[in-house]
Amino acid sequence: MRRTSSSARDLVDTAVGEISREIFVNEDIYAEEKVRVFSRAWLYIGHESQIKNRGDYFVSRMGEESVILTRDHAGKIHVFLNSCAHRGMRVCRYDEGNTNVFRCPYHSWTYKTDGTLIGVQDYENAYQPPFDKSKWGLIEVAQLANYMGTIWATWDKDAPSFEEYLGEARFAFDHGLCAWDGGDGGTELLGSVQKWKVPCNWKFIAENFAGDWLHGVSHRSVDLVRLGPSGKTGRRDDFGQLLVTAYSQGHGVLYSVYPNEETRTEYAASPVTSEYFQKCWERRLANKGELAGTCPLVGTIFPNMSFHAQQPRTLLVSHPTGPNETEMWRTYFVDKDAPEEVRQFLREYYMRYSGPGGMTEQDDMENWNYAHAASSGTIARRRPYHYKAGLGTGGTHRSIPGVVTERPITSEQNPRAFYKRWAEYMDLDSWGELLNAQTAGS
Amino acid sequence: MESHLTPERLGYLDLMREVEDFFYNEADLLDEREYDQWLDLLTEDVVYWMPMRKNVSYANRHEDITAENDVAWFHDDKDTLRKRVKQIQTGLHWADEPVSRVSHLITNIRLTQPLAGLGDGARTTTKCRFIVYRNRLESETDFLLGRREDTLTRVHGELKLARRKIILDQSVLLAKNLTMFF
Repeated sequence: MRRTSSSARDLVDTAVGEISREIFVNEDIYAEEKVRVFSRAWLYIGHESQIKNRGDYFVSRMGEESVILTRDHAGKIHVFLNSCAHRGMRVCRYDEGNTNVFRCPYHSWTYKTDGTLIGVQDYENAYQPPFDKSKWGLIEVAQLANYMGTIWATWDKDAPSFEEYLGEARFAFDHGLCAWDGGDGGTELLGSVQKWKVPCNWKFIAENFAGDWLHGVSHRSVDLVRLGPSGKTGRRDDFGQLLVTAYSQGHGVLYSVYPNEETRTEYAASPVTSEYFQKCWERRLANKGELAGTCPLVGTIFPNMSFHAQQPRTLLVSHPTGPNETEMWRTYFVDKDAPEEVRQFLREYYMRYSGPGGMTEQDDMENWNYAHAASSGTIARRRPYHYKAGLGTGGTHRSIPGVVTERPITSEQNPRAFYKRWAEYMDLDSWGELLNAQTAGS
Repeated sequence: MESHLTPERLGYLDLMREVEDFFYNEADLLDEREYDQWLDLLTEDVVYWMPMRKNVSYANRHEDITAENDVAWFHDDKDTLRKRVKQIQTGLHWADEPVSRVSHLITNIRLTQPLAGLGDGARTTTKCRFIVYRNRLESETDFLLGRREDTLTRVHGELKLARRKIILDQSVLLAKNLTMFF
C-alpha cells in the first residue's frame, strides 16, 4: 500500500484531535518509521540489574533488530548490534548469561565483550595483506545512558543527551523508579522478562500507557472480581487524585496525587507486605515531604518504553516486529531491600495483573488486536481516529511539570502530544529541526 | 503361559486408568466451560504454575525453565484461579468474550510414583503432554504444546489436583494472551 500523503503531519491533526488510521496500518509508513523513529530516538534496552557482573550479557532489541547489552571485562556497559561483521549471523543466541567472548557460530569470528574483533579464522593465510581488525568489531550504538538503573541507547550520534531527551518527564522517573520510601535504596528487576506477540501496531500500546484513562472501563471485569492487593474493591488499591501530563518530546504520564495526611492501608491481604509499605509510606513522607503522595501510575517515554510506577511496578517495551505485530517485553521491579515475603506477594500480584496471563492486560491485548484489524480496511481507513477529549484544557500544576490536565476533566492530550512528536520525527530530517519543533510546541 | 498380572501390576493399571479418567474428565469440564466443577477437582492448597522458557546452552540445559521464585506466565493459588473463573463469568472479560473454542488433548501419561494404589491423603506424581488448541472469533488460532507435571492426591476417596507445573514449548509466547486453563 502506497502512502497517501507526503507529510506525516497531514495525517496527524492534533489541533482538532483527528489522526489518520493510515499511520497504524500502512506498510510504507511502517518502513519509514523504522528509519526515522527507531534509528534516531533513544530506546530502552534493559536494566543494570540484568548485567551485574563483568561478562554478563542480556539480549535485547532496538526496534526489529537484536542487540546485546553487556558489561565488558573492564566493567563498562555496551550495546552492540547482534550481527557478525563478517556475514551477519547472530553472534549471541542465548537470552542471557556470562561470557568471555561472543563467538559467531557461522565462521567463528570472535569478539571480546567490549566488541573488539579478536579472532578471525585463518587470519594469517587468508588475508594478505592483513585487514585491520580494529575496524571490524561489533557495531555499537552511538550513545548510551544509565538513568536510575535503566539502560538506554540511540543509533544517532546527533541525538541530544538522554537527560535532554527525557526533558521534564524525568520527574516521573525520579518519583516513580526510586525505592518506594523515596530514599536512596534503589530498585531492581524482579526476575525474568515476559515476551509475547500481539497482533497490533506498536503505537496502540505506547499510546495506551501514555495516559489513556478512558480505557479503564474495559477493565470492569477485574474490578468486579477484586483483583487488587487489598482484597477490597477494584483491581488496584486507592491512588488519589488523577492527572495527566504531556511533554513536547512526545512523552506522556498519568499521575496520581495521594493526600499526604491519609494513611495508606494497602496490601491488606499480606500483613507483612502491608506493614512494609506502611513503613515505606512514613519514610516517603519524611524523604519527599510535600511530594510524597505524588507518583506516576503509568507513562510512556517516546517512542515505545512504558512503565507502571505504582503497583504493579513494571517496565514495558513494545518492540515493533512489523506493521501488524508487536513483541511486548515486560519486566517487573521492586525495592532492592524488599523482604522476600514482600517480593513474593508482589510477584504473584504482578503476574495476575499484567502480562499475557494477567487478568487486566489480557483484555488490553484483545482491544488492540481487533482495533487494529478493524482499522485496516479500505473504508475504515477513510475515517480518522477521534482524539478530541479535553481539547485546549491543558494547564500547569503547582509541583508536577509538563502540560497538565486534572480530573474531573478527561483529556486525550497525552496521545495527541505523542502523535504530534511522532509526525515531527517522520517529517523532519535533522535533530536541529526536531529540537526547534519541540521548543515551538511547548 | 504365566500371567504377568501380579497384584502389584494390577494396582498400577487400576491407578493408571483412574488418573487417565481424571485428566480426560478435567479436559471435558474445561472445554465444556464447566469451570465451577473444574475448580472442585483442585485441592484448596493447589499450586498452578506455568514457568517461562529460555534459550540456553546445552551445558545449561536444566536452566531453561524459570525458577519457582521467578516471574512466570502463571503462578496461581486457588483464590486466584477462582478469580479467573469469576472474571470469565462476568461476561465482561473481552479477551474471552465472545467465548473461545478450546480443546485439550492429553497424552503420553505416565505415573512417576507410586506404582501401586493410592490411599487417602497419599500423593502420586504424573507426567503427560498437552495440546491446547484455541480458536476465537473468525480466524484467530493458537496451538500450545508442552509437558505437564502434576501431583494428584486422594481426598475422601476422590482424586484431586494438588500441584500442576505446565512446561510450554515456547520462549516468546506466540499467543497474545492466556485466557485458557491448562
